[in-house]
Amino acid sequence: MNHWIIAPVILPALIAPLIAWVMRFDISLARAASMAGTILLLGIAIGLFVLSADGSVHVYKLGNWEPPFGIVLVLDRLSALMVLLTAVLALLVLIHVIATDWDRKGRHFHALFQFQLMGIFGAFLTGDAFNLFVFFEVLLIASYGLMLHGGGRARLKAGLQYVIMNLAGSTLFLFALGTLYATTGTLNIADIGLRVREIPVEDAALVRVAAMLLMVVFAIKAAIFPVQFWLTGTYANAPAPVAALFAIMTKVGAYSILRMYTISFGPDVEATGTMPGDWLFWGALVTTAAGAIGVIGSRRLMTLLSFAVIGSMGTLMLAISAMTPDSAVAALYYLLHSTFAAAALFLLADLVVTRRREGDVLRAGMPIVQNGLFTALFFGAAIGMAGMPPLSGFLGKLLVLETVRDMPYWAWAWAVVLIGSLLTIIGFARTGSSLFWKPSAYAGEAPEPDETLDRPAGALALAPTMAAVAMLGLLTVFAHPVSTYLEATAAQLFQPDAYLAIIPAPEPGKGG
Amino acid sequence: MEILVASAIGILTAAGVYLVLRLRAFPVILGIALLSYAVNVFLFASGRLATGLPPILNKYAEVGYTDPLPQALTLTAIVISFGMTAVLVMIALGSYLESAEDGVNIDIHRPDVDDDDDDKVDGETVSAKTGGAR
Repeated sequence: MNHWIIAPVILPALIAPLIAWVMRFDISLARAASMAGTILLLGIAIGLFVLSADGSVHVYKLGNWEPPFGIVLVLDRLSALMVLLTAVLALLVLIHVIATDWDRKGRHFHALFQFQLMGIFGAFLTGDAFNLFVFFEVLLIASYGLMLHGGGRARLKAGLQYVIMNLAGSTLFLFALGTLYATTGTLNIADIGLRVREIPVEDAALVRVAAMLLMVVFAIKAAIFPVQFWLTGTYANAPAPVAALFAIMTKVGAYSILRMYTISFGPDVEATGTMPGDWLFWGALVTTAAGAIGVIGSRRLMTLLSFAVIGSMGTLMLAISAMTPDSAVAALYYLLHSTFAAAALFLLADLVVTRRREGDVLRAGMPIVQNGLFTALFFGAAIGMAGMPPLSGFLGKLLVLETVRDMPYWAWAWAVVLIGSLLTIIGFARTGSSLFWKPSAYAGEAPEPDETLDRPAGALALAPTMAAVAMLGLLTVFAHPVSTYLEATAAQLFQPDAYLAIIPAPEPGKGG
Repeated sequence: MEILVASAIGILTAAGVYLVLRLRAFPVILGIALLSYAVNVFLFASGRLATGLPPILNKYAEVGYTDPLPQALTLTAIVISFGMTAVLVMIALGSYLESAEDGVNIDIHRPDVDDDDDDKVDGETVSAKTGGAR
């Protein structure tokens, strides 16, 4: 048993209270601790990535209880990949927050940030459905604090909605878990998989109910129609760097769907069959359309980016809904891409909005300081988000379109994704021109200079945005090695024997 | 007993959903609380209903037992929902104090009004903004 598997959960759980209690009045100390912790987490994540790269499934038994009875953490390729993605994103966001002084605008930013990481890492590593619920709550309660960081009327009102939406979602999660436990007598993800493969189809009505209830819960997290409405209000009103970190939160929902509907309710399970994928397909289709229409209709930069995130989640879910190994590769590639694209755009939005006299309203004003540099970064990130060549968004969408071609209604998917991409391109082009291009022809009188607005961004503040855009380039250049790794990851999901083998000699009918 | 527990869960859930849909902070908080009560009873019942049975196995005699796991799950769920309700009350209070109304809906956003200028009256903000930009 390798104890490093639990380190991504333990380390932030130790650092966060230390920051909250010992370093609460010393921002430099809190920054140092938070940064050291995040760098350490990145190191651990790389270590776990290497550990799982050979295709083995590592089990961490808490208290050394055997899996169906004790709680387990499971590290496979998918978990390791998501943990690494989170660690990289967390480091970028943290550098940005420190460089732009966002953490001074309210209290306890770093403690909440570490708790947030603990919840996300836990959700990616756990092998137990109830533990997944607990880690969801950990990451949510930290996200409430982060979302409200800095305060303000609009943010508090949007935050209230966000909290209520997620509390309702948590209740639904518990109903789903209760139903699942009542029918299968277990909550271990691998054990559920074993039990539902034995349940005869005619007795499986409650299993189907539980599976679809879980789907709704994960759809809330992943912002899939018809439960995507919370996302725009939350992301548009959250502090922009926090919105960049939240780019991984929707992916937690996507990850959970990918995990539960391959290992537990995979396409080979007779009780559920293709039902989860069939429903997900239409939800994802509407989500993609809603995102694109939202992008073109937005009048604020932050709202526009939120709708772009919704659109990208729709495309990602379209790929997942096909439920084949190839589609999982496409989905995971697009997941990596859209996380960095969304993060780059939100981080850039923070740099731009704090320097504009018009805030984030999409209206041409006077040019901001470092206009050219921001334009170039926005151009790169927008190309990535909209899915135009040469960046990874294009490859990702190409992979997604390729994999959905085997589905019965693939023409719908193609039409929506392609028209949606066109609308997104138009929306971003219009945004870019009113933010950066039109101001260069500004003819009005120059307003009085403002120290805080006209301060150029330093190298440290620019570095995370540049790094996120660079990641899009790297994903393109190294598309082949990345997709080879993802193929192995998908194979592990769709041949779940190794994962299911963590349950020693299952005894059907026991428990419950 | 089954009909009693089942109808209790149903009524609690129905009342909770109704209150959440009221879209005012206080009814919504009560609704969420009712929903969490309902789900706690539901979780408790997911290990099958039994009266007067111990939640432990007895290796000396063949006596019945009730499943202890749902009780542990319910306990966890109670603790989490209690904490979450406390957070919700604080955020609702903050939102009410900031905006002087307890609606849960976000007011229709006017792009020409900057939300960050909380201390300014809306009209002043509008004129200042439009004046500055044109």
